[in-house]
Amino acid sequence: MREGMTLIVKTVTRIIVGFLMMYGLYIILHGHLTPGGGFPGGVIVAGSFILFLLSYGGKAGYNRIRKSLISVFEGFGGFVFLAVALFGLGAGIFFWNFLGKGEPLNLFSAGIIPICNIAIGIKVACALFTIFVAFLLLKEKD
Amino acid sequence: MIEFYFLLIFMIVAAVVAVETRDLLGVIISLGAVGFAQAILFLMLQAPDLAITQVVVEALTLVILIAAISRTTRIDTTKGALVTSVLGVCILVFVVIATIQALRFLPPFGEPLLRVSEFYFENGLWGTGAANLVAAIILDFRAYDTLGEATVLFTAALGVMVILRAIGRKGK
Repeated sequence: MREGMTLIVKTVTRIIVGFLMMYGLYIILHGHLTPGGGFPGGVIVAGSFILFLLSYGGKAGYNRIRKSLISVFEGFGGFVFLAVALFGLGAGIFFWNFLGKGEPLNLFSAGIIPICNIAIGIKVACALFTIFVAFLLLKEKD
Repeated sequence: MIEFYFLLIFMIVAAVVAVETRDLLGVIISLGAVGFAQAILFLMLQAPDLAITQVVVEALTLVILIAAISRTTRIDTTKGALVTSVLGVCILVFVVIATIQALRFLPPFGEPLLRVSEFYFENGLWGTGAANLVAAIILDFRAYDTLGEATVLFTAALGVMVILRAIGRKGK
């Protein structure tokens, strides 16, 4: 297998991949203010990883990925989401918005919603990236 | 309103092409056309959250599907039997008639039957503090749905890893 794609693709990827990930993080963090949220932002972050893997070839990227780290992060995202829900249960209701609402239209507002967005973003990014890496793994075996 | 019908007809044509084409790469491109037309439709109906999600998920799905056909085969070699075609046409006629009958009982466009959306509109901003009403609904009022969605995604990743695993698989 040839290592990755052509030089043009690699150069463009090198320039663009950081911005792509930053855009995904922006969508996650501003999920309670602007359109978007944890799910699309997580997909964009996973897309930046996948773009890197595709353009630089399986082997170069594959050796740098730590599979255990991905699984830890995915579990962490799900755990934080559930923990927030359980804290709400401690205050009376499952998924109760127990934090202060703050001033609307500020970045630090809306109680648990930004925390849930971040947790879902981590979880979605890791899950989709895991699915893609599984395909890559199949390819390496054959 | 004419652009809605144009997009809908475009989506139907692309879906028929996707079903009938033998070249699987062409099938995937037709599916992408359906998905992106759907995203434009969401944008025109003023649902930017859905449009963003549709675009990114569509792009990622196309990449994964292309990765899948580059591992396997590119030409669809299955042959359709006559019985299947006749059965398909019968089901299609039934579904079209049933849909036309059911459409008469639907409320007009933009007037939902459920009154719960009014509650969200009135209490969304001050009840949760989130300026984005969609985030307020999916992560506060109806966070159970989001928990289920996260579980579905977790199960999907788990299933792919189990099917495609290298460790523990029996040798050929």
